[in-house]
This record gives sequence, C-alpha cells and structure tokens, in this order.
Amino acid sequence: MGGEVRQLLEQIHRFSRRCLFRVLSMGPLPTHLAFIMDGNRRYAKKRGLEDGSGHKAGFSTLMSMLQYCYELGIKYVTIYAFSIDNFRRKPEEVQSLMDLMLEKIKSLLDEESIVHEYGIRVYFIGNLGLLNDQVRAAAEEVMKATAKNSRVVLLVCVAYNSTDEIVQAVKRSCVDKADRDVERIQLVDIEENMQMSVAPEPDILIRSSGETRLSNFLLWQTGNSQLFSLDALWPEIGLRHLVWAILNFQRSHSYLEKRKKQL
Amino acid sequence: MLSLRVPPTSFHFRLFHAGALERRWRLGRDCLRSFSHPRGTRSLGVKSAKQEMAPFTAAEEEALPEGLHPELMPKHVAVIMDGNGRWAKNKGLQPWDGHRAGVEALREIVELCGKWGIQVLTVFAFSTDNWIRPKIEIDFLLNLFERTLKSELETLAKNNVRISIIGDSSKLPKSLLKVINEVEEVTKNNTRLQLIVAVGYSGKYDVLQACRGIAQRVKDGEIEVEEIDEKLIEQELETNCTEFPYPDLLIRTSGELRVSNFLLWQLAYTELFFAQELWPDFGRSGFIEALMSFQQRQRRFGGRKS
Repeated sequence: MGGEVRQLLEQIHRFSRRCLFRVLSMGPLPTHLAFIMDGNRRYAKKRGLEDGSGHKAGFSTLMSMLQYCYELGIKYVTIYAFSIDNFRRKPEEVQSLMDLMLEKIKSLLDEESIVHEYGIRVYFIGNLGLLNDQVRAAAEEVMKATAKNSRVVLLVCVAYNSTDEIVQAVKRSCVDKADRDVERIQLVDIEENMQMSVAPEPDILIRSSGETRLSNFLLWQTGNSQLFSLDALWPEIGLRHLVWAILNFQRSHSYLEKRKKQL
Repeated sequence: MLSLRVPPTSFHFRLFHAGALERRWRLGRDCLRSFSHPRGTRSLGVKSAKQEMAPFTAAEEEALPEGLHPELMPKHVAVIMDGNGRWAKNKGLQPWDGHRAGVEALREIVELCGKWGIQVLTVFAFSTDNWIRPKIEIDFLLNLFERTLKSELETLAKNNVRISIIGDSSKLPKSLLKVINEVEEVTKNNTRLQLIVAVGYSGKYDVLQACRGIAQRVKDGEIEVEEIDEKLIEQELETNCTEFPYPDLLIRTSGELRVSNFLLWQLAYTELFFAQELWPDFGRSGFIEALMSFQQRQRRFGGRKS
C-alpha cells in the first residue's frame, strides 16, 4: 500500500513538473547550463554524517538536476566534477573521490541509467592523463559507448582546469600553424583546439554553496554567461533553484539577444 | 548585490551588512520583480561638466573604515564600470553626461585605492564589443579619455600613481595614442598605486595575442612547444605590466551578472562581486560593501581549509 502511494505521489510530482516546464518553455530556454557542484563536504559536516556521504548525496542531487534539465529540453549540461587543483587535497580524500567516480562512471553504462533513458552523449573533459588507469579507462569506455547518442549532451569536467585547457589549445595552435605566419593564428584556431569546443558556450553558470568565483572553470567559455551564486550547498540544490535561475535568464534574454545581433 | 542568492529556506544569514542583506533577500524572494530600478535614488546629484572637477588626491594614507581589516585588503581590484548610459537615461540626460559622471566615480575609487593600500586597480573602460556603439558616443568617450589623461597627468604623477593602458590600440586615434605613451612614460616609476585602464580590450584577444607571441618564439627557436605552460602564457599576457596580474576582487556594477570578456585568464580565482548600483552611483559606500564582502570570503584555491 505504501509503495502504491509513493508511486502515485511520484506520478503527480512528475505531472506537475511537466506542467511547470511547459510554462517555462513559453519563454526562451538556455541551450547550455554549467554547474559548479560545491559544498558536498560542508553538507556532510552540517548533517553530522561521515565524510564520504556528502559526495554521495551530491551525486544523487546531480542525477535529479540532470533529469530536470533534460526534461526541460536543455541540450547541454556541463559539470565541474574534479579540478586539477583538487589533487592537492589529502591523498585519502582524493582516493575516495576517485573510487566514487569510478563507481559512478561505470554505473552510467547500466541499462537503467540516466544515459539510456535520455539518450545522453557523455564527454569527459580534462587532462585525463592525470587520472589513474582504471578511471581513465572507464571514462573512455563511456565516451565510446555513448558516441552515437545525439539527443542531449553531458560534459563532465574531471582533472580539468580552464588554464590547462587553454595551454593545451595554445600548444596545438602553435603546432598547427608552425609553418605559417603567426599573425594568421586567429581566435577560431584556438577555439577549435579547446576540448570544450564540442559544445556551445554556456548560457548560465550556477555555483552552489555561496562562493562567487569561477575557480578556474570554463574561463574562456563563460565570458558572456550569466553567473548565479546560490547559497545552498550542492546536495540541497533542487528544482526551485533551477527554475529561479531560468526565470532570471529569461528576464535578461531579450536585452542580450539584441546585443548579440548588434555584434 | 543582485538577486544572486535564492533565499535559504532557513533564513540563516551572515550578518555582515544588514542593509545589503535585507535588500538581497527582498530581491531574491520575488524573482519576478523588476530589478531595473537603480539604487541611484540615493542620488549623488547630477555632476555636470560645468562643475569644477575636484582635484584628485591620493596623497595621504587614510585609516580604513570600521569593519575592514588591513591584512585582508585585496592587492589587486578590477572593476567593470557598467551603467553610465542607463544612469544618464534614468536622469533624462545624454549618454555623455553619464560617462562624465562615470569619470568622477572612477576618480573617487582611485583615490580610495591609493589611501587604503590597494596596489593595483584595473578598470574596464572600453571593450572590443563597445565599438558597435554609435560613432558619436565612441568619439566622445575617446575624447573624454584623452582629455582626462591630459588634465590628470600632473596630479597622478604627484600622487605617485602609475598608469598603464592595455588593449588593442590599433583602432585608437593617433592623438590619444600619443597621450597614452606620454602618460605611461612619465608615470612609469611611480609606486603607490598602479592604475591599469583597459581600452579596446577583450580577454580572448589578450590570450590570442599571447598565443601569437609564443608561436613566434617557438618559430624563432627560442622555446619548444613542450615548454609552453601557464607561466609562459602569463608572461605574454598584457597584464605582464604589473607584478600582480591576478585580481583578488572583481566588481561589476549595474546588476549585470556576467564578466563580459574582461580579463579572462586572470580571473581564475578572483572573487566576484556584483553590485546593483549603476557605476556613477557606486562610490565609497559601494566600494566598502564590496571590500567587506571580499574580506568575508574563504579562499581555498581548490584545496581544503582544514
């Protein structure tokens, strides 16, 4: 009986969410949303839980947010999973994060996973050579397995730094144009050598836990993105935050479109 | 700060500045409300060109206002001076009156930086995207810039302020370029405050010109491709004119929540502060609010505090 009630509630929830999304889609929707998922550890501390459980709660929040984004029709979602700077943390924490990532990356290949439900193409962006072999192999397997999906895209930034991405792009540009006049190197040359060139620039960047900084994430791509800093810790983030961000995006959208056309 | 914060369900605020918090909560609560009303209702009055421009004095050190700690002051502050046009429109004035008022506001901030020990102040005066504005406005802006540089040169030199200009100077008129070179030369040994003015600047073009510089060095055999790293790019960026190229704090006025292609690479770990006021209204109190917010923040650079 309890199970049926729960199912019914879930269906009602889903239905009302669909209605809400239909209303939201009356206005312009972002094509690409980026998230800095900050605050997992603080959440665990706040709730008096053991250390690793903050990240687990964060993962389940991530799955919900992905679900909402794809249901709403947002085609690209980028997440900042692990920065190159994070390698400087305590080895135990880094190792437990790597273990969690390995477990979750592998679970993406499951039949019931969100990847199959929404036809997600997954990219892992970053200096993958810095990861241990198992995680890197799992990531490459997922990228290969989802290469044919085309409905929506998930970009997972792991072992990533924007400055590192730019350095790699500059290196490749120098090699490409080695035999030609350096003045011929244009913005497009650097841009097409960026790992994030597989997606358009984010319309919105959302960072949780109240910090208002980019922390070396998508510096090149967020020049014109709207930046939202939410006080809630990442595991506390929910549908209301997403809706709020999109409503704000819609408010400034017409002004931005006018500016874009002028450019 | 704008409706950056969704009101937390448990209304648990950090009480560092009650007024700003209240405003923020009100704005955040009603996200359909219009944000376009400027806070310029606490008016500074119209500063017409006919008014005598007060002389700029960064001579003396001044004690910090209550609540600010000297050891937590940022070394490098960057500012996107947005909102002159809207300010003028709200007051029923012409855009150039807004820009003139903007220069006054800048003067005040430069003074405060000099007095409070901030070592570098970078201001976004004119972006590559701004070239699309009407010619009459662009001409006025560049003219205003030239006149201000000429008239302020003596005062700035006396107050030990160093001026550097960054950006793509190829589209600037020759007379302005001449003044820029003169000002940079005269003030190059000053040490109290470095004022970097970004004119015709874009973060992406800065990285591009650094890339070209590096590619040339590779071509000349000076460096190998494998040696290209972050330090090398940092050296080639236009902010290599200063010892502290990375801003600690970026302030953007007028409520826009974006960086608009300013200082791309250099903003990697910069604390961002978005002020609701339009630039001519920003002034001392807005600056104090931004600095207090900055001093509250915990900067971890990807690591852990504990």
